[in-house]
Amino acid sequence: MSIAAVVAYTIALALIPQFAGNYETRIAISVAMFSALALSWNFIGGFTGYPSFSTAAFFGLGCYIGALSQRAGLPAEAAWMIATVGVAAFAAALGAIILRLKGHYFAIGSIAIVEVTRLIISSWGSVTGGGDGLNVPLMTGTPDVVAARILYIMLAVMGGAFVATVIVDRSRLGFGLRCIHQNEDAADMVGVDTTRFKIAAFVLSALFCGLVGAVYASWVGYIDPTDSFSILLTVKVPVMALLGGAGTLAGPIVGAGVFVLLEEFFWANFLQWNRAILGIIIVFLIFFLPGGLLKIRYKNLLKKLSANRSADRSNTVSEGEAKG
Amino acid sequence: MTAILELKNVSKNFGGVSAVSNVSFGLKQGEIVGLIGPNGAGKTTLVNLVTGVHSLSDGQVIFKGEDVGSQKPFQAARRGLARTFQIVQPFPEMTVLENVSAGAVFGGAAGGIAAGQEAAQAELDFVGLGHVANEPASSLSLPNRKRLELAKSLAMKPSVLLLDEVNAGLNASEIDDALKLIEQISGRGVTILIIEHLMKVVLSVSERLLVLHHGELIADGTPKQVVEDQRVIEAYLGAKFAERYKVAG
Ligand SMILES: Nc1ncnc2c1ncn2[C@@H]1O[C@H](COP(=O)(O)OP(=O)(O)O)[C@@H](O)[C@H]1O
Ligand SMILES: [Mg+2]
Repeated sequence: MSIAAVVAYTIALALIPQFAGNYETRIAISVAMFSALALSWNFIGGFTGYPSFSTAAFFGLGCYIGALSQRAGLPAEAAWMIATVGVAAFAAALGAIILRLKGHYFAIGSIAIVEVTRLIISSWGSVTGGGDGLNVPLMTGTPDVVAARILYIMLAVMGGAFVATVIVDRSRLGFGLRCIHQNEDAADMVGVDTTRFKIAAFVLSALFCGLVGAVYASWVGYIDPTDSFSILLTVKVPVMALLGGAGTLAGPIVGAGVFVLLEEFFWANFLQWNRAILGIIIVFLIFFLPGGLLKIRYKNLLKKLSANRSADRSNTVSEGEAKG
Repeated sequence: MTAILELKNVSKNFGGVSAVSNVSFGLKQGEIVGLIGPNGAGKTTLVNLVTGVHSLSDGQVIFKGEDVGSQKPFQAARRGLARTFQIVQPFPEMTVLENVSAGAVFGGAAGGIAAGQEAAQAELDFVGLGHVANEPASSLSLPNRKRLELAKSLAMKPSVLLLDEVNAGLNASEIDDALKLIEQISGRGVTILIIEHLMKVVLSVSERLLVLHHGELIADGTPKQVVEDQRVIEAYLGAKFAERYKVAG
């Protein structure tokens, strides 16, 4: 069911350039891009339960590998592929080390990776242009044509990430990752090679980010370390996945769509409040939506609301315990 | 006949504490052996050493002629060396069936997830949990959680099964049921090491008993030999138990 809904949603997004203007197309690109990033995060954060904040490291490296390849004269498509493979290899090497950490330690380690990669890129000025950033060869065509093309590519990446999600969900890999999420020692004891499975999840969480980063670099035509390795991005993406429902198939897509639209709405109406939305959503998630939008039992919620109005708060407490 | 599992001078120190020291014994194919000793004797540590959870401080573990001393737990599982946990370790949010299929898919011979579920259902029926296959594992009572542990390890099609206190926390009739189950498992040809801190529980099913005390193996013999062993009486049983056993046996 959710597969059909995602297909319909993707087609609807793809039709936007035909019926709407450049502004709407730009939002659709943003939606597709963040959906792909949130789907990627879902492999490690949702299926496996490892709270990764490395998204911006993979995205930023993808930006730079893609941009440098294009500047070396490669066609954009080849540059994107190199970025994808390069970031996947980076994640495989790194995963072997960082996935020994668990829980909060893993979270801190994964966020440190963003800072370290950013520092390396910005200090290595002779190659990366340092803090001045890099120009990327612009795509040919009118802005409308370029925007539509980028949208289709981002939608293809989102589609690819979703197909990968569905395949993983139904395979041994996905089953093993869910075992690791629930009880890593027990998973080990029934024969799951936890190290290899976690590395596979980490690589999956990275490669689509690398691809998205490289495509993004081609689209915007200019990248710099602050923008590419943004801490805001690295926090936003997991929040989107959690908002929709971590570990579900379509949750990250739902969360990314809702988040981008909310952000756009706040941006347009209350410019100075824009950053506050992230904080509000985080607080909201922690207190009210531990399972995400897709996991709410809407019927129960209505019942609970009407019960709460008349009775005490004991219902809410028992519901919370069931979750925990 | 050579042993299917053999421990040679196995030792484990945690910092300065010696939890297992210089333990040697072998399990023959198809045997049921009881490993007993008071709490803190090192029984669980021994299971952890055999299954790769802890690394050996010294000694060797030989399984089917192969030195497996440096294996990881998942490798032990795939080799056919399965164990249950003293403190049950379910995948709480998965169904009972999914829990057991994990054993079949990753540790057993099942090719895919569908084959794993089929094998899992068979093991659930065997241990008497067939009717709760689709309940979440977290909803089970303690005796049923112990059965779930058992089904999960059986789904791995082990040749050696290490049962760490599967009877702890059960009442007398539940223990009887569990022991019957263990005898049936043994009937399939699985070699079983049953670990207990109470001797009376394993006396009826064990062909041989090992006694661990302060990390050392102080006895290895038939139940009769062991309960009459002077060191075992002094260290573990107390004179009263030996008297009663003599009268009863
Ligand atoms: N991971 C560990 N770290 C440090 N000490 C441990 C560890 N595991 C067990 N021990 C110690 O080893 C000894 C044996 O424990 P254990 O094997 O659990 O005994 P049993 O299972 O016979 O009750 C105890 O003194 C215990 O405190
Ligand atoms: Mg123990």
